[in-house]
Amino acid sequence: MRILVCVKRVPITGGRMVLTADEQAIETKHLGFTISPHEECGVEEAVRLVEAKGGEVVVLTLGPEEAAEQLRDCMAIGADRGIHLVSAEEWDGQATAAAIAEAIRADEPFDLIVFGNESADAGGYQVGIRVAYAVGLPVVTGLKGLTVEGGRARCEQEVPGGRDVYDVSLPAVVTVKEGLNLPRYPSVPAKLRAKSKPLDARPVERPEPKLEKLRLVVPEGSRKQAEVLGEGAAAAPRVVEIMRELGVA
Amino acid sequence: MTVVVFMERADDELSQQALTLARSLGGEVSAATVEGPYAPGAWAAAIVAAAGDADIVGPGSDRGNEVMAHVAAQLDLPLAANVTEVRGDELTRIRWGGTLLEEARLHAGRRLMTAAPFAFPLSVDSTQTLVLTPELGGAVAVVDHVAPDTGGKVSLADAKVVVSGGRGVGSAEGFAILEELAALLDAAVGCSRVVTSAGWRPHTDQVGQTGTKVSPDLYIACGISGATQHIAGCKGAKKLLAINADREATIFAHADYAVVGDLHEIVPAITAELRKAK
Ligand SMILES: Cc1cc2nc3c(=O)[nH]c(=O)nc-3n(C[C@H](O)[C@H](O)[C@H](O)COP(=O)(O)OP(=O)(O)OC[C@H]3O[C@@H](n4cnc5c(N)ncnc54)[C@H](O)[C@@H]3O)c2cc1C
Ligand SMILES: Cc1cc2nc3c(=O)[nH]c(=O)nc-3n(C[C@H](O)[C@H](O)[C@H](O)COP(=O)(O)OP(=O)(O)OC[C@H]3O[C@@H](n4cnc5c(N)ncnc54)[C@H](O)[C@@H]3O)c2cc1C
Repeated sequence: MRILVCVKRVPITGGRMVLTADEQAIETKHLGFTISPHEECGVEEAVRLVEAKGGEVVVLTLGPEEAAEQLRDCMAIGADRGIHLVSAEEWDGQATAAAIAEAIRADEPFDLIVFGNESADAGGYQVGIRVAYAVGLPVVTGLKGLTVEGGRARCEQEVPGGRDVYDVSLPAVVTVKEGLNLPRYPSVPAKLRAKSKPLDARPVERPEPKLEKLRLVVPEGSRKQAEVLGEGAAAAPRVVEIMRELGVA
Repeated sequence: MTVVVFMERADDELSQQALTLARSLGGEVSAATVEGPYAPGAWAAAIVAAAGDADIVGPGSDRGNEVMAHVAAQLDLPLAANVTEVRGDELTRIRWGGTLLEEARLHAGRRLMTAAPFAFPLSVDSTQTLVLTPELGGAVAVVDHVAPDTGGKVSLADAKVVVSGGRGVGSAEGFAILEELAALLDAAVGCSRVVTSAGWRPHTDQVGQTGTKVSPDLYIACGISGATQHIAGCKGAKKLLAINADREATIFAHADYAVVGDLHEIVPAITAELRKAK
């Protein structure tokens, strides 16, 4: 099988969102970077499928020079090579999908093309679906279960009260959610091997955005002044009192 | 007709919130429900056909965002997901699961958007309603439904009380004291991502941006630091009680009640106090 997984570099924000002075981005001077947990599960699933059936896992990102770091992380999990569409600008979902679709056409055929259900930061819920239309493939979203057999994919999607099941023929596009699997921690030798795997970097030109970000805003009013009920085990009677007041005990 | 609203069901809360957003756009609003098995692409095609050149709005649910992304792909138009406010072609939408907002402008003749959950009041009064029957053809559709065995336990999403544990719990076995407290309160047990990544609990227990979003009457956060991605999942709780050894922990800035100290002493003490009273 040939599987493509698309991932996006995002900052690891801690307890507080801090913006740059121009309000265009999160202040990342002191932050590390990662990919969405959904995408991490996508990479793990692709690697497991290829470990079982043979083939190749390709990871792709559209992002700045530094996003090469996230491609190497994915290669440490087991992806075989990377495609880096390099741009320092911010792209909207429509333009991102168009650029990814073009890269797919240049590298076809893939049996399975994997996305996160939504990105961790912008959360547009759309890139995977748009790419499916652009390359003319069926798409199933939000997978928590995937079984590939005999050229078909059985896809399970979590819904209130259980799971909906879809059955599609390959090639197909899927978007996945965290919980699909438990991703491995890459070993040190795997991280070293990742450094020498092929990474194809090419610059891309951003079209005019149709969903244009004007500025970011940290929502106010979420900070509270907590009532301190006490320290250690001695606080227990007061806690139970509060539970009674709230009608939960 | 100038705005069409995709309703998951006529009585669905998030859809009724989308209806409220639609009414804020100005113009005549029609609500559309779709019949037959769930088939996102085919449903979207039916909505596109019925909408003419109207703006289209959907709920900010999994299905709402999915169907609207199909609509946007079919029309090759931009889609603004999880919008909290609209001002003509400008809007505010949520990022990072609601812990950050973005002000943006749509550059298109038509507006496609979904309404962020719980950003708008419900619209319950009657609206002109369209019932659509899509052409399924070979479209991707749900073919089966499987229901897990919950063992009669209250689900995380529905629980009135959630007892949640983070890295501070220390191990899979450490959750026994949380389980015990939860059983007394008829509560569900939740956890942070550190806990699921370590394999101490299944991902179905994870609360947060990439886990379950909960809205209990009381959320008890034990040994959880309060990262924005965790808060994204529990900010719907009516009250939050935080138990943390570090009095500077961020979680206290989101809490209504605070207990400072070792959860391994505090949680069993609360359990004992509850038993004593019964
Ligand atoms: C240099 C640069 C700077 C950016 N800065 C910011 C910023 O400060 N804040 C911010 O919120 N966004 C930023 N973006 C992100 C950009 O806005 C998004 O990539 C674009 O809007 C895609 O939409 P989405 O994130 O809503 O995707 P969704 O539709 O939510 O994403 C679904 C899935 O699509 C795939 N995907 C999405 N984007 C990419 C990508 N770029 N490469 C590969 N796969 C992808 C992933 O698998 C993801 O899980 C930046 C992008 C670039 C290139
Ligand atoms: C894109 C993205 C998505 C994410 N999605 C999620 C998500 O859905 N859910 C989620 O939870 N996280 C998510 N995360 C991870 C998140 O950023 C944090 O890493 C995580 O929530 C931290 O978990 P924690 O609070 O258990 O651990 P820590 O941050 O390590 O905090 C442990 C806390 O326990 C306290 N403690 C230690 N010992 C004791 C003791 N004996 N008694 C009392 N207190 C004690 C410490 O003081 C500390 O505050 C996501 C991250 C990213 C980047």
